[in-house]
Amino acid sequence: MKDTMEPYAAGRFDVAVIGAGHAGVEAALAAARLGCSVVLFTISLDAIANMPCNPSIGGTAKGHLVRELDALGGQMGKAADATMLQSRMLNRGKGPAVHSLRVQSDRQAYHRYMKQVVETQPGLLVRQGEIVSLEVDDQGRVASVTTAMGGRYEVSAAIIATGTFLKGKIFVGEYSQESGPDGMHPANHLSESLEALGISLRRFKTGTPARVLKSSIDFSVLEEQPGEEPVIPFSFETDASTLSNKMVCHIAYTNEATHEVIRRNIGRSPLYGGKIEGIGPRYCPSIEDKVMRFSDKPRHQMFIEPMGADTEEMYLQGMSSSLPEEVQVELYRTVRGLERVQLMRTAYAIEYDCIDPTVLLPTLEFKQVPGLYGAGQFNGTSGYEEAAVQGFVAGVNAARKIQGKSPLVLERSGSYIGTLIDDLVTKGCMDPYRMMTSRSEYRLLLRQDNADVRLTPLGYELGLISKERYENFLEQQRQKEEEKARLARVTLPPIDAVNAYLEGVGTAPITQWTRMTDLLRRPQVDYAGLAPFDPERPQLHPHVVEQVEIEIKYEGYIKKQLAQVEQMRRLESTSLEGIEDFHEIRGLRLEAIEKLNRIRPLSLGQASRISGVSPADISVLLISLEQRKQGGTRHD
Amino acid sequence: MDQPGMKGEQHMAMERQTIAAIATGAGGGIGVVRISGPEALKITDRIFKGKKSPLDMKGYTGCLGRVHDGEGDLDEAVLFVYRAPYSYTGEDVAELSCHGSAFLLEKVLAAAIGAGAVPAGRGEFTKRAFLNGKMTLPQAESVVDLVAGESRQAARAALQARDGALFHAIREINDLLMDAAAHISAWIDYPEEDVEEVLMSDLSHTLTEAGSRLAKLASGYDQGRMIRQGISTAIVGSANVGKSTLMNLLTGYEKSIVTDIPGTTRDVIEDTVRVGDLVLHLSDTAGIRNTSDVVERMGVERSVSRLETCDLILAVFDGSRPLTEGDRSLLERLDGRLAIGLCNKSDLPRQADLDEIRRHVCRVLEISAREGEGLEQLEQAISELVGLNQLDSSAGMLANQRQLSCVTRALRSLEEAKNALGYGQTLDAVSVELEEAIDALLELTGQKASEAVIDRVFEQFCVGK
Repeated sequence: MKDTMEPYAAGRFDVAVIGAGHAGVEAALAAARLGCSVVLFTISLDAIANMPCNPSIGGTAKGHLVRELDALGGQMGKAADATMLQSRMLNRGKGPAVHSLRVQSDRQAYHRYMKQVVETQPGLLVRQGEIVSLEVDDQGRVASVTTAMGGRYEVSAAIIATGTFLKGKIFVGEYSQESGPDGMHPANHLSESLEALGISLRRFKTGTPARVLKSSIDFSVLEEQPGEEPVIPFSFETDASTLSNKMVCHIAYTNEATHEVIRRNIGRSPLYGGKIEGIGPRYCPSIEDKVMRFSDKPRHQMFIEPMGADTEEMYLQGMSSSLPEEVQVELYRTVRGLERVQLMRTAYAIEYDCIDPTVLLPTLEFKQVPGLYGAGQFNGTSGYEEAAVQGFVAGVNAARKIQGKSPLVLERSGSYIGTLIDDLVTKGCMDPYRMMTSRSEYRLLLRQDNADVRLTPLGYELGLISKERYENFLEQQRQKEEEKARLARVTLPPIDAVNAYLEGVGTAPITQWTRMTDLLRRPQVDYAGLAPFDPERPQLHPHVVEQVEIEIKYEGYIKKQLAQVEQMRRLESTSLEGIEDFHEIRGLRLEAIEKLNRIRPLSLGQASRISGVSPADISVLLISLEQRKQGGTRHD
Repeated sequence: MDQPGMKGEQHMAMERQTIAAIATGAGGGIGVVRISGPEALKITDRIFKGKKSPLDMKGYTGCLGRVHDGEGDLDEAVLFVYRAPYSYTGEDVAELSCHGSAFLLEKVLAAAIGAGAVPAGRGEFTKRAFLNGKMTLPQAESVVDLVAGESRQAARAALQARDGALFHAIREINDLLMDAAAHISAWIDYPEEDVEEVLMSDLSHTLTEAGSRLAKLASGYDQGRMIRQGISTAIVGSANVGKSTLMNLLTGYEKSIVTDIPGTTRDVIEDTVRVGDLVLHLSDTAGIRNTSDVVERMGVERSVSRLETCDLILAVFDGSRPLTEGDRSLLERLDGRLAIGLCNKSDLPRQADLDEIRRHVCRVLEISAREGEGLEQLEQAISELVGLNQLDSSAGMLANQRQLSCVTRALRSLEEAKNALGYGQTLDAVSVELEEAIDALLELTGQKASEAVIDRVFEQFCVGK
């Protein structure tokens, strides 16, 4: 049908975004807000910003991503704040660098919120339709995209954000079906068009647990997990006083009976039976993976989470599976509290087409196809938050390229977003990539509390942060500096009241007048605890207080990491762009040459992170660059 | 890559010149000239005549023949051929085993160069082996040391590093640290999973254990260096107590000017001697005394600075007279140093107070430099004192400054991590220090740190939604 259909001219846009999930929405909003005309395609308008897996935003490192995106002017943080059911700050007590915000979201409300935001965004047209092909001009640049119904849209840039839709196929035991997530129809044609452009695709897989009926669960035997008050918002623009926890989650555990069911039926798992060729994420194993790989673990934990405020559907976090439906019923019912559980949606594994992201530039543009960008699961990542930040970066870069502006490339040392993209385009990924705090070597600098300090000036410069917000930010920074200066000035006397407090929190009393700053450096002492001895303390926003406290407490570590950043900056700023072919460099190993020619790193810093490029290769490159430099000066 | 002679060598990293060098240290019965590179066999064919042409020989085969240059035959030699990538360097290699005279080997090398090879840079075979992935970084470094090794013990230590004793020692320590880092990472990145809590006491124990193993490696470095490179030894003492006589005795010939006039040795005289298994780099210094002679005063100053920087001090005293003020001020300088007091002139009646010397130095020996008495005891004392006799070289030894600096960096990071823990600092800060230590150790073994900890998280912890 599609082969014979003659396309019709459906209009001209600056940017087409293919897919309206978490990546596509941010891409379309960013490009439109930067002044581009944007058309956003989705297979179903009812699935915009859908959460086909857990009804939740944030978590370790992912919470950092959301805050960074918000600091740059993205939408996800605001949407998460507006539709939250429960909020918690994870990792309290493990240090401010790894504090991570996580909310349970109302899935439908989140979808409706984002749908309305994209619908009302000037310059952005949302269009239901499956893109089946992508055309390039005679110079290989993106020229148009075409829908299944024959609409051909002329564009200057296209952003692929197809998630798990591209040749999506789901697996439940022996059953399999071509399908997108949540029973939506897959995108079966675009892959062919991409391969015709020389883009090679591979198969990844992921999975999701069952959704079950709330009234079939015996909550009385389960441990309750409430949210935390006061709720801390994701967005620096959200008024915290408008937020409150509305629902609770519950914790349940598998047991030996569960594991026995799995072991007895493992041969019927499509993964173990060899039916799935895709590579699954290590970070998100199915329950059968967990039981088989960690056979000595007597139990596995799961969370029972609400899918929304107005639905009886519950999500079983930690229990994704692709075992046959009847085995799923049997195994879920072995869990205490779920003895009579009724499934509403069956757990499934889904396999889909994606790329090896090392074919992308750090702008997320394809090296081989100018004007074409990739974002989200299509790039080999996993997670709504990872997708959203890539969508934003691709959208901004598509717009800036069209407008003849310099590209946006975020540094590793400045953000988790920069770290994620650098990891993707430099190291690639062998399984779906999930952000973790341990992926950042600069994590003491990249905290969720200071995302605005790191990125809001940039967001303002890009034109995605309002003047009002920017001025508000500057005012908070001013207050922070003023308060830090005050604390370095004010001293406390060695009186009984002060020492009683100090000894009370488990630290040594003072014997002479001591600066507040010096007391705050002690891990046991906090800003709030010193309040009774500090009458002149100004009234400050909690966000300012948080930063004052962290910057004082972690001053030594922050300085040390800044020094490391500085050291690395020399490598990062050594450009490799003049090197056409790494075969020309004498002394490199073959493996290094192949990798360098394939990845085409922009800087020595990026080269040093390519796997297969050894420290010795970097020395060789350094020497060679030095020789070129000297050769160059001699010619001058 | 399309050049003639490069066919079938697609594994080669790049177009390279063929290099040649004498591959064995000086003084053996057999000397080897090694030729390595894409043209190795062609070049050898031009200078070697045997039953077979080197071009027709298979890898790992040998052939007897004669090496010749433009003027005639040079020597009878055995040719061994190694075909890429199955050779020391990973390239085609020809090794000509000749009779070991230095002169002859130079001639063979010159012939090879005349036939198209270029002289190999220092350590270039090893560098190529390393670049072609034939050995790990510490192995490569220890091979360089093997070639340059100056004593029998040095060869033993170098062999063990080549077999990876150091590599294994470092990997064991790093395993400890990576397990701890992976545990912290799993605990932090998966707060909602039932990952076992990271106990500060366990962590602190791991840090201490790894730290003490590294400290042992670091402290063995000086001993390893002394084995490989020799012990820098200063002979010091007041004027005319017999320093130069001792020096001459040790070196076996007269190098210092020996007279009875104090202050004859005006400069630092150096030589390298073998004492049993040990190599000593001796410096005979001017007597330390106040002097108005400008030239001699410079010599004295250099003696003092030599005293500060050497590994071992041999302090010579005249046993036939009571200790002088000069002797006493010298003794004070020896406090806390690795020093042996040599009470010279044991052939004459003893006047000096040995107990006074003992208070400042580790060991006192009576010798007669002139009669050559006490040399064996001296050798024994040196060996014991620098701890070489208790050194367990099978535990792995740091071979060079680069390796030492990696270990030192790791130690410093571990120290910081321990301090942070002790101070009550949160785990985010501790884990960053810990990962720096891991980075430093992975750098030592030439591996890549980036994904190591994350890979381990997924190997060892059942985490994920």
